[in-house]
Amino acid sequence: MSELRDLYQEVILDHYKQPRNFGALDGASHHADGHNPLCGDAVTVSLTVADGKVVDAHFEGSGCAISMASASLMTEAVKGRSEAEIRAMFERFHVGLTTSDEMAAMDALEPLEKLAVFGGVREYPVRVKCATLPWHTLIAALDHATKPVKTE
Amino acid sequence: MTVSAAAPRVRPGLDLAAIRADFPILARRVHGKRLVFLDSAASAQKPRAVIDAEREVYETEYANVHRGVYWLSERATASYEAAREKVRRLLNAREGREIVFVRGATEAINLVAQTFGRAFLAPGDEVLITEVEHHANIVPWQMLRDEKGIVLKVAPVDDEGDLDLDAFRSLIGPRTRLISVAHVANALGTVLPVEAIVGLARERGIPVLLDGCQAVQHQPIDVQALDCDFYVFSGHKLYGPSGVGALYGKAEWLEKMPPWQGGGDMIRSVTFDKTEYNELPWKFEAGTPNIAGVIALGAAVDYVQSVGYDAIASHETELLGYAVRELSKINSLRFIGRPRRRSGVISLALEGVHPHDIATILDREAICVRAGHHCAQPTMTRFGVPATVRASFGLYNGHDDVDALVAGLRKVQEVFGL
Repeated sequence: MSELRDLYQEVILDHYKQPRNFGALDGASHHADGHNPLCGDAVTVSLTVADGKVVDAHFEGSGCAISMASASLMTEAVKGRSEAEIRAMFERFHVGLTTSDEMAAMDALEPLEKLAVFGGVREYPVRVKCATLPWHTLIAALDHATKPVKTE
Repeated sequence: MTVSAAAPRVRPGLDLAAIRADFPILARRVHGKRLVFLDSAASAQKPRAVIDAEREVYETEYANVHRGVYWLSERATASYEAAREKVRRLLNAREGREIVFVRGATEAINLVAQTFGRAFLAPGDEVLITEVEHHANIVPWQMLRDEKGIVLKVAPVDDEGDLDLDAFRSLIGPRTRLISVAHVANALGTVLPVEAIVGLARERGIPVLLDGCQAVQHQPIDVQALDCDFYVFSGHKLYGPSGVGALYGKAEWLEKMPPWQGGGDMIRSVTFDKTEYNELPWKFEAGTPNIAGVIALGAAVDYVQSVGYDAIASHETELLGYAVRELSKINSLRFIGRPRRRSGVISLALEGVHPHDIATILDREAICVRAGHHCAQPTMTRFGVPATVRASFGLYNGHDDVDALVAGLRKVQEVFGL
């Protein structure tokens, strides 16, 4: 059970059951759709970007607990951040979930505060895509991508 | 493996401990726990007899088939053709030349689409399938639609996952040239009324293809009694190796159909001006086949028949009934499809938890289930779910596996605080 708790931490379950910043965002300047064809997870990220900063971030979609909680926590974490900061955050997040070096993973995730709850995903390689789908979609929105993002 | 409302409680004529001892992988532990393998509908585990057969081919009698004049090649050819005879008997086909070895059911359906379809279907002709087909019985016909302008008709199922036979009948029209349906639906476990379907087709002279991927490991198949024109299955779901399967086709169709792939073995003579094709079934077996795989498939057929379909069916029927009863006790657990006749498969949804989260948690209990769309996205759409958790059963499963699944699902609810 404790092993599973590393993956399904209370914070993750809380954000899955009560997602924050869920729904359309009026006046959004950036949108992107993300889709994981393997499991059907789908997420839309909407952003209001002004002066190079994300002023507001919302998401919509459906999927597993990991993907939905990741989207919810991500929208909270990126608000008020510059594009460059957000890209650096995703880089850290990605390393933290995929590196085989446990110390490197902890070092990468530690500055991300609440997002570090996804550290347990590292033990479940097939679930990494669930956690990173919202981030790939967010980056695509910042890039003004017109094509839907796929994790496959 | 078929369950009706009043499943008989037959004493299984099957020694479960002995069966399990035949499957080496079942002895291994995963995450320190006993392996609970409930994904046989995706691919079944292999008995020692099949593993040994494949190894023995390479160790004692391997050479290319139908080519060499030397003893070893003759020996390999004899074993390869003996496997064809085993599959013929398994399906009760009239003749060995009606059995074509392929990579699996997917290739078999593509073969029919690309030969029968290309030769005998014209723009506007219709192929009738059902709403609960595997993608392998949808996409080849869509490809043919895009290439030749045929029309794909889809017969609906009801909310229980049973075929609406009246609707099916009404979709058969003057342009219907082929009916291609699953014998058992892979995502729901519905046993389709194939006898009635073939009956409707016969009245109108329409050929029928049955996809037996989820049927042949659970019940005896008699293609002559069924009177279908084509029957396909994959060896790996019948406890045989992956990468090998069979197409049964009535000789009169196979004779008329043009070859599919061209190359060695499927020819009688080749000049740059003209090629004469080989006779059945080799006309459809271009190139060096999966020799060891075919011979090991023959061993899988032997294995299943040595256990016996009577014993398999009574064991699995009782087990499936037990699983449905036990799973029904879990709050918020929904059966996706409650067909009148069910075989091998139970598809589930748990309120408030995504199937992938369920599968991850079950995996930590060493329980293997499939979570996803099961290569049947239209079925998922029909039932309004993105994915399901599918538990599927083989002859080596027992009550302990069902009990583990039920306990695992309760653990999912605990983790999610439900």
